[in-house]
Amino acid sequence: METSTIAVALFIFAVIGLVFAPLMTWVERKQSALMQDRIGANRADILGIRALGLLHPVADAIKMFTKEDMRPTGSNRLLHMLCPFIAVVPAMVSFAVIPYGGTYTAWGAEWSMVVADLDYGVLYLFAVGSIATYGSMLAGWAGNNNWGILGSLRVSAQMLSYEVAMGISIVGIFMIFGTLRLTEMGVAQQELFRLFGFVEHFGWVAPGTGWVDWIVIPMWGIVLQPLAFFLFLAAIMAENKRAPFDTPEGESEIIAGYFIEYSGMKFGLFMMGEWVEVVVIAGLITAMFLGGWSIPYLSDAQVVAGISSIVGPNLANVLAMVVHVSVFFTKLIALIFFQMLIRWSMPRFRYDQVMNLGWKIMLPLSIANIAITGFVILLIREVMD
Amino acid sequence: MEQALFYGMSGIAVLSAAGVVLNVRNTINSALSLVVTMLSLAVLFIMLHAEFIGVLQVMVYAGAIVVLFLFVIMLLNLRGGNMGAESQPVLKLVGAAVVIGATVKLVAVLRGSPRDWPDVDPSFGQVRDIGMELYTDYLLAFEVAGVLLLAGIIAAVVLAKKQID
Repeated sequence: METSTIAVALFIFAVIGLVFAPLMTWVERKQSALMQDRIGANRADILGIRALGLLHPVADAIKMFTKEDMRPTGSNRLLHMLCPFIAVVPAMVSFAVIPYGGTYTAWGAEWSMVVADLDYGVLYLFAVGSIATYGSMLAGWAGNNNWGILGSLRVSAQMLSYEVAMGISIVGIFMIFGTLRLTEMGVAQQELFRLFGFVEHFGWVAPGTGWVDWIVIPMWGIVLQPLAFFLFLAAIMAENKRAPFDTPEGESEIIAGYFIEYSGMKFGLFMMGEWVEVVVIAGLITAMFLGGWSIPYLSDAQVVAGISSIVGPNLANVLAMVVHVSVFFTKLIALIFFQMLIRWSMPRFRYDQVMNLGWKIMLPLSIANIAITGFVILLIREVMD
Repeated sequence: MEQALFYGMSGIAVLSAAGVVLNVRNTINSALSLVVTMLSLAVLFIMLHAEFIGVLQVMVYAGAIVVLFLFVIMLLNLRGGNMGAESQPVLKLVGAAVVIGATVKLVAVLRGSPRDWPDVDPSFGQVRDIGMELYTDYLLAFEVAGVLLLAGIIAAVVLAKKQID
């Protein structure tokens, strides 16, 4: 367990930090180009090799690092330097609680695909995410720029209105799975729900009737809590401050908002923080709503058993691990694409619309979701006992 | 290691708490000192196996309440000079007396308590246990806290509405 944790941490850092974030700049540029009927980034080349514009992230990085790093007069030196880090570090440490796979036993050692399996898993993500707000909030203030302060105000107001709805919207998930651990949620989502189980329960058909056992759906969060899924997705995207919720940046209104006075790699860190957060969001939603690492209708045990009948138990565990991690990342990448799709297809909300959506629509809906979920859980318990 | 972390975090907590009240010239710095205090307290909670409370400390106090403070400070552009912090000698005396009294009492309590504490159960402080306690043994206190919050919300709405009308 101890050794594998370090391995997983390294793996996560390598994949997210070194592969995903730079690659996502390219994906985003190409996807927006595709959606807007352009060609997109394709000019960076090494000896004439353009590689579909894949060299642009490299060029961007070189540009960021070699730009002049400016600090405006009258700005707060310490905070101005610290803010980009406050913005990016929480996003990176968020990955600690997201499980990339189940638990596997090979050659006597246990391999767990999560760095820290905390009892308060999801709350850790919220706590860390709320710290990230300080990065963008203080950035605008530290720069001694009025546009920046306007951006900071918008960041804090937006964050306050969505944090509440975000926390309350997934209480239904906690109620159903009875845990805050993302690993336990992953296991619970492998179970199958018999849609017509009640027919058998009330004795309308004989027990053991074939079709009742056949019509099953995996107990994924999105199936059991569809409303919570959409509310949480909207709220967490608002937290991330990307279009259509990018009023804190609002180029056409307040130029660049909170990071207006940043240049070079400090500006780059804000951007990187945003992209890493996109990956965190995708991972979190995969773990809570889309069944985590599991293949629909195939539990972990079935996968391991299926493979071990061919190659033996030790290798089967390793192979199952590879399969599950790939499944997780497939879902993750699909969600990243979905977020970018939203970004390029929706106009920016006006500032008051953002507030109204958060307080007057999403908050009441998420509270109603809790009430309905509790009612249904009680009803099912009453009927089943 | 654990002891060093404890002393380090306690020191940071005390220093930053002092920074909140001593640094009244710059309100933003005061608020940021408060954040540091909250975070170091959260670390202390986690070291005491009260992980749930530690995380809530970060989420609620550092993550939401001080953000609100900062929002108000930035919105009203408070500079500290007009806060009236220097002009209340009576309040200062009362505050100092309360602090000294509380410290004396705390020292007395700590001296009278046993030195060898039993180790806590590893499952102590888990979310499930806290939920169980809150909704069974301490249900009344929990509900009363809820009513208090509701009263606060209603009061805020009434105050805000008076200004709008």
